[in-house]
Amino acid sequence: MSEEKAPRILKINVLRFDPNDENDVPHMQTYEVEEAYGMTLFVVLNEIREHQDNSLMFDFVCRAGICGSCSMLVNGRPTLACRTLTSKLDENISLAPLPLFKLIKDLSIYSGEWMRGLNEKLETWIHDKEQEINVDKLEERMEPALADEIYELDRCVECGCCVAACGTIQMKPDFVGAVGLNKVARYHLDPRDKREDEEYYELIGDENGVFGCMSLLGCQDVCPKDLPLQSKIAYLRRMMLTTGLKS
Amino acid sequence: MKIIYTDVLVIGGGLAGLRVATGVKQRGHDVVVLTLVPPKRSHSAAAQGGMQASLGNCKMGEGDNEDVHFSDTIKGSDWGADQEVARMFVHCAPKAIRELAAWGVPWTRVHRGDHTSVINAQKVVIHEKDEAHGLITARDFGGTKKWRTCYTSDGTGHSMLFAMDNKAHQDKVEIHERLEAMSLIHKDGRCYGAVARNLMSGELVAYIAKATTIATGGYGRIYSVSTNAVICQGMGQAIALETGIATLGNMEAIQFHPTAIVPVGILTTEGCRGDGGVLLDKDGYRFMPDYEPEKKELASRDVVSRRMTEHIRKGKGVKSRYGDHLWLDITILGRAHIEKNLREVKEICENFLGIDPAVDWIPVRPTQHYSMGGIRTKYTGESQTLKSLYSCGEAACWDMHGFNRLGGNSVSETVVSGMLVAEYIADFCDTPESSINIDTSTIETFIHKEKEKIEALLTKEKGEDAYILRRRMEEIMMTKVGIFRNGADLQDAVNELEELHKRSKNIEVFRSKSRAANPALFNAYRTQRMIKLALTVAYGALMRTESRGAHSREDFPMRDDANWLKRTLTSWPDETQTLPSVSYEEITIANMEMPPGFRGYGKDMTDAHPESEIRQKAVDVIREKLESEGATRFEIQNALMPFLDKLPKKYRGTNERLGENV
Repeated sequence: MSEEKAPRILKINVLRFDPNDENDVPHMQTYEVEEAYGMTLFVVLNEIREHQDNSLMFDFVCRAGICGSCSMLVNGRPTLACRTLTSKLDENISLAPLPLFKLIKDLSIYSGEWMRGLNEKLETWIHDKEQEINVDKLEERMEPALADEIYELDRCVECGCCVAACGTIQMKPDFVGAVGLNKVARYHLDPRDKREDEEYYELIGDENGVFGCMSLLGCQDVCPKDLPLQSKIAYLRRMMLTTGLKS
Repeated sequence: MKIIYTDVLVIGGGLAGLRVATGVKQRGHDVVVLTLVPPKRSHSAAAQGGMQASLGNCKMGEGDNEDVHFSDTIKGSDWGADQEVARMFVHCAPKAIRELAAWGVPWTRVHRGDHTSVINAQKVVIHEKDEAHGLITARDFGGTKKWRTCYTSDGTGHSMLFAMDNKAHQDKVEIHERLEAMSLIHKDGRCYGAVARNLMSGELVAYIAKATTIATGGYGRIYSVSTNAVICQGMGQAIALETGIATLGNMEAIQFHPTAIVPVGILTTEGCRGDGGVLLDKDGYRFMPDYEPEKKELASRDVVSRRMTEHIRKGKGVKSRYGDHLWLDITILGRAHIEKNLREVKEICENFLGIDPAVDWIPVRPTQHYSMGGIRTKYTGESQTLKSLYSCGEAACWDMHGFNRLGGNSVSETVVSGMLVAEYIADFCDTPESSINIDTSTIETFIHKEKEKIEALLTKEKGEDAYILRRRMEEIMMTKVGIFRNGADLQDAVNELEELHKRSKNIEVFRSKSRAANPALFNAYRTQRMIKLALTVAYGALMRTESRGAHSREDFPMRDDANWLKRTLTSWPDETQTLPSVSYEEITIANMEMPPGFRGYGKDMTDAHPESEIRQKAVDVIREKLESEGATRFEIQNALMPFLDKLPKKYRGTNERLGENV
């Protein structure tokens, strides 16, 4: 935005609804905000709440693209609002809560409950028969490249964008989504997790798991962390197919 | 009335809180964690650069051990830290990182052979030993003698938090999300839990527990520009303060991080400088070597932040519409390094500044970052004055950071203090005296009080606007209780904050009247509490007429050990008082392992305490004698300041290192 031009007036159209208010129905509400240099949707929404409508509900925590709290539909596309610069958008901006998650109010969703359910279902932790860790001893060694590879998949922030962009989950609500499959890929890669392929098969070897994915790959398109979801899903599918045929 | 009983209540679901929860759970106690947000969204996730633990695996970390880590931490604290606590911490940091390694954190590892690093703007080749291959590596951070900061790229806190939360799932820790602790329930000097408010439904619930732990992080958001997440509003410290019994320690000790981006205040990790990045002024000139010839950009954070501010005051800052800033240049590190080890930084630069840090310089300036102060506790994490109230992590002041925290010591503290405090709490819960003995009518009184406060906020007429008061508070803190402080500004700040506090009693929630999910309502009550906290910071800073660590008084530039080697304690015993009560706790030199000395930055600005020299001589004599007798470093340490008996038995073991104790 050049210095001389008059700033744009952004029209922010928000899908609002308060499930706690029995008289409320889902409706669009429009706010006008004068654009400023370097403005993000974090700034826009806070400005609206502070100066125009203090009842507007939304979630930000880190406001730095790290925590995954502020995922919402921006012009219909799931993304992290905090790091969305208004300068990259048209002056008419529509905001809606991510679908599929329980709505708290307006743009605020209860994604934590969903993700916790997923983590419990897939047991996304290190499975090691040895219960006692001797913390005085040198740590187990790991190949440096493997550690990097695990970190690559460990970067998921559970923002839920891939879930909102998933075609499969629209039809199969118990589908674990790319977020779930990526986690399985991450633990499968990790030598500290002693689960056998057969055990993973029990978790994802069905239509709510890796065989349910219709390969529309909206997940890959919207992932704010650019996780290699496409290749990991393909890898898991091959691996699970082999395991399924073996057993 | 809804009452939930449990053994241990943990308020806060970040690294410290979750580590306490898994610890007490493993000891067989029930636990409930209350958290504002899903635990994985806690501010712990934003810790980028790493966790200090003296593993000494990588070449530049060779020779590192607890003693070196201890010495760095004490110097860093400007001798404000509790040395026994710091010893406990450095002893347990290797254990905590090894535990996290077993729980799944993909720590970046040592690779045998040669690799290129940037040190003092020069490319150097470093050779890693064969026997270190595959062990956890470390990077350089400010204020440390060795490369000690272990990391996963620059997403260290994220990886740690995810591993920890997953561990909590595995241990079936009960987590109650979107619940805010509104007040602590206490009677006859003992804490019995908290009244919490469900932020989705508005319901008030009493949680009754044998032990209550506050692990809610820092209070950075009382400043207008902070690297902290927006939830770091100090509500844990505030509800402790509002008991009138618990005390807060060193609230005026506020850290400013040298390199947050302008204008939004998002952090770029110290790892940028640790890995070889440099600071430049408006002329592209590298100025830090002029001020700190030895440590340069890697002096302690308080020092670098002051030097940057000084340099800007000399007119060397880059002008921008958001005020003056300086440049952080990491281009010398090369694209491959940035994309592997500083990828969060790269993403932040792309998304918030629209620049590529492999090519462009990053606009930065010192920004509020860390709260050294917090709920004052004993080394066990228990409040000194309110029984069975515990606190750990950034929320607490137990006090290992003194007046300046070293980079990499905070995530490390979260997990170390969590694992220790869990054991002390579990020990307490094992005793008969932990039995819960509080009647429901008392509990009801506490719930009723919160309900009334909320009703008052919603029904008040012609009241104050919380946003206006809050923004003014933030501005006062930023301009008058910042990096450099002086008596006149601090007095102004206290006066005006006191006025804001009085006005805040009259806050009205305009228009938005829902009793359920209502952001205007929680902004209202949080603003009231934040102003009280701001007063403890400003008032403590006004009273402390010396400069120590991050507390820098232009009118009192000396570190005055003779008069100020003590901790500030603030409390709020009477609801009607408009300023906090302040008292002090002496820090005893006589049993210090490392008596106060010169930190090694700029010229020595210490008014020494007469006892420092006496103790130093005693330390030297003991050390010399034992060294001549061939004593081990552990024996010498133990003779100077024993601490092992304070640790839970399971954590007293000697740490293995390559070439030591293996």
